[in-house]
Amino acid sequence: MSKRIGIEVSLAVAETVGLCDVDVIAAYPITPQTHIVEHLSELVADGHLDAEFVPVESEHSAMSACIGSSAAGARTFTSTCSQGYALMSELCYIASALRLPIVMAVANRALSAPINIWNDHSDLMYARDTGWIQLISENGQEAVDMSILAFRIGEDKRISLPVQVNLDGFTMSHVIEPLSIPDAQEVRKFLPPFKPALRLDPAKPVSMGGVGMPDIYTECRKAQDEALRASKPVIQEIFDDFARQFGRQYKLVETYKTEDADTIIVAIGSIAQTAMTAIDSMRARGRKVGIARIRVFRPFPAAELVGAIGGAKNLVLLDRSTAFAGGEVSGPVALEVKSALFDKGFSPKVGNFLVGLGGRDVTGQNFEEMVERVASANNGDIPAYEFINVRE
Amino acid sequence: MGIASEALKNFKGFNLKNLPEVEPLSPGHRACQGCGEVLALRQALKAIGNNVIVVSATGCMEIVTSPFPQTAWRVPWLHVAFENAGSVVSGVEVAYKSMNRKKIIDQPDVTFLAYGGDGATADIGLQALSGALERGHNFVYLCLDNEAYMNTGIQRSSSTPFGASTTTSPPGRKSSGQATWKKNVVEIAVAHGAPYVATASPAYPIDLMNKVKKASLVPGPTYIHIFSPCPTGWRCGTEESVAIARLAVQSKVFPLYEVIDGEYYLSRRVTKPKPISEYFQPQRRFRHLTEAEVRFIQERVNEQYEKLLQKCRVQDGK
Amino acid sequence: MAKETGIKRWKELNPGMAVTSPGNAAELKTGDWRSMQPETDRDKCIKCGQCYIFCPDMVYSKDEDGYYVQNYYWCKGCGICAKECPVDAIRMLQEVD
Repeated sequence: MSKRIGIEVSLAVAETVGLCDVDVIAAYPITPQTHIVEHLSELVADGHLDAEFVPVESEHSAMSACIGSSAAGARTFTSTCSQGYALMSELCYIASALRLPIVMAVANRALSAPINIWNDHSDLMYARDTGWIQLISENGQEAVDMSILAFRIGEDKRISLPVQVNLDGFTMSHVIEPLSIPDAQEVRKFLPPFKPALRLDPAKPVSMGGVGMPDIYTECRKAQDEALRASKPVIQEIFDDFARQFGRQYKLVETYKTEDADTIIVAIGSIAQTAMTAIDSMRARGRKVGIARIRVFRPFPAAELVGAIGGAKNLVLLDRSTAFAGGEVSGPVALEVKSALFDKGFSPKVGNFLVGLGGRDVTGQNFEEMVERVASANNGDIPAYEFINVRE
Repeated sequence: MGIASEALKNFKGFNLKNLPEVEPLSPGHRACQGCGEVLALRQALKAIGNNVIVVSATGCMEIVTSPFPQTAWRVPWLHVAFENAGSVVSGVEVAYKSMNRKKIIDQPDVTFLAYGGDGATADIGLQALSGALERGHNFVYLCLDNEAYMNTGIQRSSSTPFGASTTTSPPGRKSSGQATWKKNVVEIAVAHGAPYVATASPAYPIDLMNKVKKASLVPGPTYIHIFSPCPTGWRCGTEESVAIARLAVQSKVFPLYEVIDGEYYLSRRVTKPKPISEYFQPQRRFRHLTEAEVRFIQERVNEQYEKLLQKCRVQDGK
Repeated sequence: MAKETGIKRWKELNPGMAVTSPGNAAELKTGDWRSMQPETDRDKCIKCGQCYIFCPDMVYSKDEDGYYVQNYYWCKGCGICAKECPVDAIRMLQEVD
């Protein structure tokens, strides 16, 4: 039976990964992910988790060891963020191309320079072209649930791709929340043992990672692209299975009060929880606002998103990182949303706001300002994106 | 007794009468004619046999043996990137350790072999190798040293010998080729406390195969530095690879020795050393050197050999 | 290269592009690369095995009489065997083709 306890979210994620009976953890510490790996090494040291904990000497070696381990057939986990993610990024492309279901918890943190250990989504956006499945959690319970789901999704033979579980650094990782952690038996029921179709085994030799010349590389990419495409319905199917067993239903895009909204906010991560409180307050004063929260960022659920926001007159798109495109083009989330809407016959007024960079708080007041800004603007008056709350 | 000595106390080596017949590498690989590196790799693999998982760094051997959708590997093989053979093999090794302990598989005797060239080992991959050595994983690491980044077009590495001509250390009016001495990765491995470290040359195949076999029997991290002539990059005839590998040993440029639990053992005493000019002669990469430069290098080779002899408790291979 | 080996379509690929036919590189006739080829004089050959152990292309195998025989499908004609033979039993001859 799940127990409901007050626990720091990082520790909850570590406990959950332990319940998933991982075989190998190879990780390098980086603030604010440290409590996850520290607690995992405690679980191993005390014999609560039977796994090999490899204290590698850099994040690059962490992902390298994970690739070796997953290719050998072991259930493998790691965690990082920000600079550590950037350092291992070359290998992330390789992990997904080799179709290895590694699970990685990313405690989202800003990228340097200037060096900043607090929460934003620059590392999440950095990762979006690597071929990994990206799950987003907005609160501690979701972080726990996404961790279990990540293993089940990645290891599903129809998918076989690595999965990131994103949780906001400090804002979530270091916060104590009341949550339900399933017991080992429940997790075992939901998550069957890992049985890869191919692994490194002297009894059945395979060669992985060979040279792809121009005459075959395109086919390799097509095969990988198809795998990521085909994963979308399977992810929802697994979410539904999770709901049947644990009672919490997840969707690729989740909506709150969007049915009759004329202004819809689109956001990712814990900031969406603040938004929902602000929405309640705005609704109480007669403003018809709602929010669409993206739960799965890769594969990008364009159809589900358009279904959720297509009818709105105004869209408030939040980005917690910049795309450095030179000023005339929106931030990453806005770009993807606009692209999804492009030829669907909708033409809302769209505002794109860069918020919460480097750990800066976003308040209910900020939401009211953003909604007002878009709602009251004339068409064509809104720039491609705007920084809010910046000292001029 | 040290870890290596304990594991090797009843070791019986190969000889010409009982050469292993197994060929974990197939013909049809795309190596250059006369490639000394693939020859060394072939000999090493024969010594280990089929119960192995091989991790490769990016480099000549990886490219020539894995032209997708073909592979020259008859044993499991994984290539990931250039600088991480040490960390990838660490992952494979702990995966097997964990899965065996948790009774997910029953394969306790697999050898974990990682290899890389001199670039992948001494330069870009040094950190990963260092981490793997320090953490004490159970694997054999082979550095296949052809003394430059050959696969990308003969650029210098920290393993390129003093005076050699490469595309990024070309001789010219202001330069005599490589201006620094070869980085001693063997000593780096010894400094990490690896229980078994050795040097080997494909011109002495029995010695090479015995060392690789010993490394696979010693628990923990083991390192073998293998001299690998490259006719393409060293600009010698394709038939000269083995002869040059022999000359390197006979001229004391590449002494053969083992370091077992920190004790040095010379494998082959060179009683009538050949002059270094004889070693240089067939290789166009040294042709630009003046007599004074050759003498300078000869002095250093002599001095390094004497230093090595001082460390050796045994000087004739037993 | 993909044409040589018959893989044309993305649906035929294994997940992660793994190659599950160990040693299928042997299909390639690297013997086409050579311009000289080794010939062994059996009268001189002492069956020492040096040609076998020094061949980078695994060209030699032992026949039932203990002589080492070349497989010309793969021999690249590098000449190491001829140079290393201790009794000069191997000569490199110009290919006729």
